Amino acid sequence: MSAVPGATPDLEVRGVVKEFGAHRAVQDLSLSVARGSFFSILGPSGCGKTTLLRMIAGFIEPDSGEIVIGGQSMAGVGPNRRPVNMVFQQLALFPMMSVGENVAFGLARRGVRKADRTRRAEAMLERVGLAGAAQKRVDELSGGQRQRVAIARSMVLEPTLLLLDEPLGALDLKLREHMKIELKQLQAAFGTTFVYITHDQSEALVLSDHVAVMNRGRFEQVGTPQQLYYEPATAFVAGFVGASNRVFGRLKSADGGVGEIETVEGCRVCARTSGTMASGDHVEALIRPEAANLEREAERLPQGQIRYVGSIESLLFDGANSAALLNEEISRLPFRVALPQTGRLADLKVGERVHFSFDPRRAVCFRDTGTHV
Amino acid sequence: MSELAALLPVVPGVWRRRFVLTLLLAPALLWLLALIVLPHVQLALLSLRERVAPHVFEPSLAQYRTFFTEPLYWEVFVRTAVLSAVATALTLLVAFPIAWVITKVARGRASSLLFVVCLIPFWVSETVRSLGWLILLRQSGVLPALLVKLGLTAAPVELLYHDATILTGLVYTSLLFMVVPLVSSLESLDNSLIEAAYDLGASGPSILRGIVIPHAAPGITAGCIVVFMLTLGNYLTPNLLGGKNSQWFTELIYTQFIVRFNWEQGAAFGFLLLGLSTLMVSVGLRLSGQRFVDVMRRS
Repeated sequence: MSAVPGATPDLEVRGVVKEFGAHRAVQDLSLSVARGSFFSILGPSGCGKTTLLRMIAGFIEPDSGEIVIGGQSMAGVGPNRRPVNMVFQQLALFPMMSVGENVAFGLARRGVRKADRTRRAEAMLERVGLAGAAQKRVDELSGGQRQRVAIARSMVLEPTLLLLDEPLGALDLKLREHMKIELKQLQAAFGTTFVYITHDQSEALVLSDHVAVMNRGRFEQVGTPQQLYYEPATAFVAGFVGASNRVFGRLKSADGGVGEIETVEGCRVCARTSGTMASGDHVEALIRPEAANLEREAERLPQGQIRYVGSIESLLFDGANSAALLNEEISRLPFRVALPQTGRLADLKVGERVHFSFDPRRAVCFRDTGTHV
Repeated sequence: MSELAALLPVVPGVWRRRFVLTLLLAPALLWLLALIVLPHVQLALLSLRERVAPHVFEPSLAQYRTFFTEPLYWEVFVRTAVLSAVATALTLLVAFPIAWVITKVARGRASSLLFVVCLIPFWVSETVRSLGWLILLRQSGVLPALLVKLGLTAAPVELLYHDATILTGLVYTSLLFMVVPLVSSLESLDNSLIEAAYDLGASGPSILRGIVIPHAAPGITAGCIVVFMLTLGNYLTPNLLGGKNSQWFTELIYTQFIVRFNWEQGAAFGFLLLGLSTLMVSVGLRLSGQRFVDVMRRS
């Protein structure tokens, strides 16, 4: 993270609430984004992330609470007077203008002289790798190029904060992967603070310095991508960030931070405990597919782990992310287990009996709150 | 027929498609030919002849010459054009906020309801609506009585038979024909474009000028063309609301055909009006930088 310690954060949200009728879209949220960092808000659709972003941009006024940008309170300041620009989900490039006019639009509104704004727009287009495209019409550009024009149009105004509302959502997968890298490089090159909202956990993990996981108008956890992945604070975060096997059951025993869970079907699973919990509690364990060991012979599994036998239901080949879907023999519970990246078990067949076990330190259990995603 | 059927498979696909297309278009083409093209040819021939003796006609430009030498005809012609242009501009000014509210301010049911409210007066015939205006505006009518009651005028004033009255009636009559194309063109305007412009520092007027009007231009042009043509060719509203003062060109055409039975002169006037509307529309398109085909396609 490239933030300067002690510097005022570029964005501070303090106790913001927004209700639409009886629906509390955003509930008492606070966050702080350090200068120059890439901050993502990750959550399922309808979690209130767009409402939060639109409040930061100024399109919606919060019911209570305060939004401070670059040390200035934004209460009563319209979106056209905030030091914030937004890249819209559908990009919202102006089809009636050329690419150059699109980029120069904000400068023209600030009263920059024509020669000057043409020069600055062209310089900005060059920075995003679109030199010489100023005369083109918007519909002559490819999806990725439009993306860059949308960013250039905002960045030319040198905002304190750039807001991005799922800008990669409309692109196809290949281009999305490419634009992810490009976006990260652009952010590093400009050094501007980015606030990015997405429902795609991979975008959030790859791009961000910090991620806030949002659910039902609240933040479940704010942290680095690594913290979210390896130390999820809640079951929601564990389930939403990365793939997980979910096992529901009662806690039988807990000692040394590792608990043993038994399901109704009689399957026993060991996992790290999170928060205070006692024997007999209803809990939910989340186990990453890559925390599993998979072998043809039981003897090759690591010592001290509960061993399971299962039959392969299906094989999901996806290069380095390949996995097998197994049914545990006794409880018939389904498990998703990652295949070794070395390709060692590439010859597995559907229906084959295999042995597997989990590393309890890389599984985590939470008190079952009954809110299943 | 069986010979044709036997032939068809051999006919190349392009020709077969063209044959089907012609068949589908035939009713419309026949309609155009029988009810629009043929009468106009007849009228053109009528306008280009002169009666030299009973039942004796000679080709001549006398009807058109009369128009240019008689100042009354001229002045009524120009007056009709100017007032129609003013009525079109006023209709646009009134219709634009209405269309804006329907498409961008009102949501869901409210939006449909507003649109229906605009539409309802048009279920009543234009004659009845104009008579309604008469009841409201005549000297013994509702509005003059109200003005007296409010102490604004000492005695009831005659509100009919003014140019302003004619304009009011024309704007009212044409409103829907402006609102419909405006609504459809504003509906296709993505709200995020307005938000993006606002976000980039634009103010209300500059968004209107830079984003909304350029986007709605085809709809605006289409509405203006329709309203202008309807107004120019309107007979009823100017006649009822303007009375003898209205001096609308269509009234001159009516007089020639029906009162004076001078079909030749009436036909010539008709063609002059057609020429005028064509000219004004093309000037309007040129000024607004629009192409007729684009306007008709996008609205």
